[in-house]
Amino acid sequence: MATTLARIIKFGLQSFSRNGWLSITTIAVLILALIVFNGLIIFSAISRVAVTSIQDKIDISVYFKDVAKEDEILKLERAMESLVEVKSVEYISQEKALEIFKNDHKDDPTVSQALAELQANPLLAALNVKANDPGQYANIVEYLDNENLASIIEKVSYTENRLAIDRLARLIDTFQNSGLVATMFLALIAALVTFNSIRLAIYSNREEIGIMRLVGSSNMYINGPYLVNGIIYGAIAAVISLMIAAPIVSLASPYVGAFIPEMNLTNYFFGNLPILFGYQLLFGIFLGGVSSTIAVRRYLKV
Amino acid sequence: MIAFHGVTKKYGNSMILDDISFKVAPGEFVSLVGKSGAGKSTIVKLLIAEEKPNQGRVLFGSAEVNKLSMRELPDLRRKIGIVFQDFKLLPTRTAYENVAFAMEVNGCPEHEIEELVPQVLDMVGLKDKQHSFPHELSGGMKQRVAIARAMVHRPDVIIADEPTGNLDPHNTWEIVNLLLKINELGTTVVLATHSKEIINKIRRRVITLDNGKIIKDEEGGRYILD
Repeated sequence: MATTLARIIKFGLQSFSRNGWLSITTIAVLILALIVFNGLIIFSAISRVAVTSIQDKIDISVYFKDVAKEDEILKLERAMESLVEVKSVEYISQEKALEIFKNDHKDDPTVSQALAELQANPLLAALNVKANDPGQYANIVEYLDNENLASIIEKVSYTENRLAIDRLARLIDTFQNSGLVATMFLALIAALVTFNSIRLAIYSNREEIGIMRLVGSSNMYINGPYLVNGIIYGAIAAVISLMIAAPIVSLASPYVGAFIPEMNLTNYFFGNLPILFGYQLLFGIFLGGVSSTIAVRRYLKV
Repeated sequence: MIAFHGVTKKYGNSMILDDISFKVAPGEFVSLVGKSGAGKSTIVKLLIAEEKPNQGRVLFGSAEVNKLSMRELPDLRRKIGIVFQDFKLLPTRTAYENVAFAMEVNGCPEHEIEELVPQVLDMVGLKDKQHSFPHELSGGMKQRVAIARAMVHRPDVIIADEPTGNLDPHNTWEIVNLLLKINELGTTVVLATHSKEIINKIRRRVITLDNGKIIKDEEGGRYILD
């Protein structure tokens, strides 16, 4: 078995080096496919960060009447935290709200002056609520809409921003779903192009495959070297595609950062280089190996 | 060793072999003779299971060739050395590698391959061409590589299908003499040819085919077709 395996690897390496141009063109196609695949992984990471960033900016505020006691508000905070739809709840007391307001308008003398003239704190205590999913705000608001709480709740900001929040939630959903479909579609096209390229390479060797069968070669002896070839194609293409992607990512990183400040593309790329390389290698080897095996099969019927 | 029992082969409506039967004993040299289209190559294809008969049985030793599965075929083919008219050498392998391939697929150990392949290439007169690729060799040289490949793993039988069809007279006789020499060493040889000169000169058993039927099977036979 060890001799057979060694011979299969030897034949594979031999065929790879002796069919130079065929190997180069097949690798070139595989590189293109892997760059698309790489692009899809990076795009998916960017869109994930972008969606999280947008989702993080959406929240609703529950404003409390002056009569609401702090322990009542804190009790509601704890109750809301236990809801599955709720990601986080932050209590902003009247004092803290004033502090934030002052800080936000410290450069605006008119506002500062107006505040100084006021005897009492005009701002209301609030709970800022973030949902796990923007589509769940309606459920959260429904929870707040009951008679027991009506005596302490002044208003919920969702009612005012409902249209914008719902539209954003739908937009995020559509973006995520269409991103997934586009990713699968492009990955499928890349796989088909690669398969076809390997199929053509093997088509040009069909006579050789027939000869091998006629001189008593088992399918393993014929298939094996092509599989080895496919694996070599995949591995080389994975290395080269990452080498091509690295400078492109570095160049694009500042532009992506301008749109999504939370995303540092260069850090993401180089931080995840081993994983990206692993994916590429698997995708390349899988494509190369499976395409070769399928393409050879039809010529083994001699 | 080889037996055809009532074998019929048709391609569509065209009858290629019509109920033919014959046997070949171990160590024999048998020529299958006939004009183009007489069915010689079909007999060879049936013997190596490249084709299946419509009726009848093809036996090689105890194996019924037409009933072997795709998985069992390599074992059968390793017992047979085949020489084709168009050589069928692996174009991306050297003469040495082409010959060695037949041993490699047989699972022969490396040291045996390294010892035997140069010897066989020497025997067919190609010792100095062992590192040449097929496209660097003449027709006669290619056919000698093919014969070396067919005999290197010591098969029970060598089947040569029009091996001299693409060769000049000088190379033709070199190939025929090689086949006779292999036969003298004890290997059964089946030679399919339409060459009158070869048949009349070698005077071995001749099975003559015409229109898919065996019209004569004669020891020490001559070419009887016009």
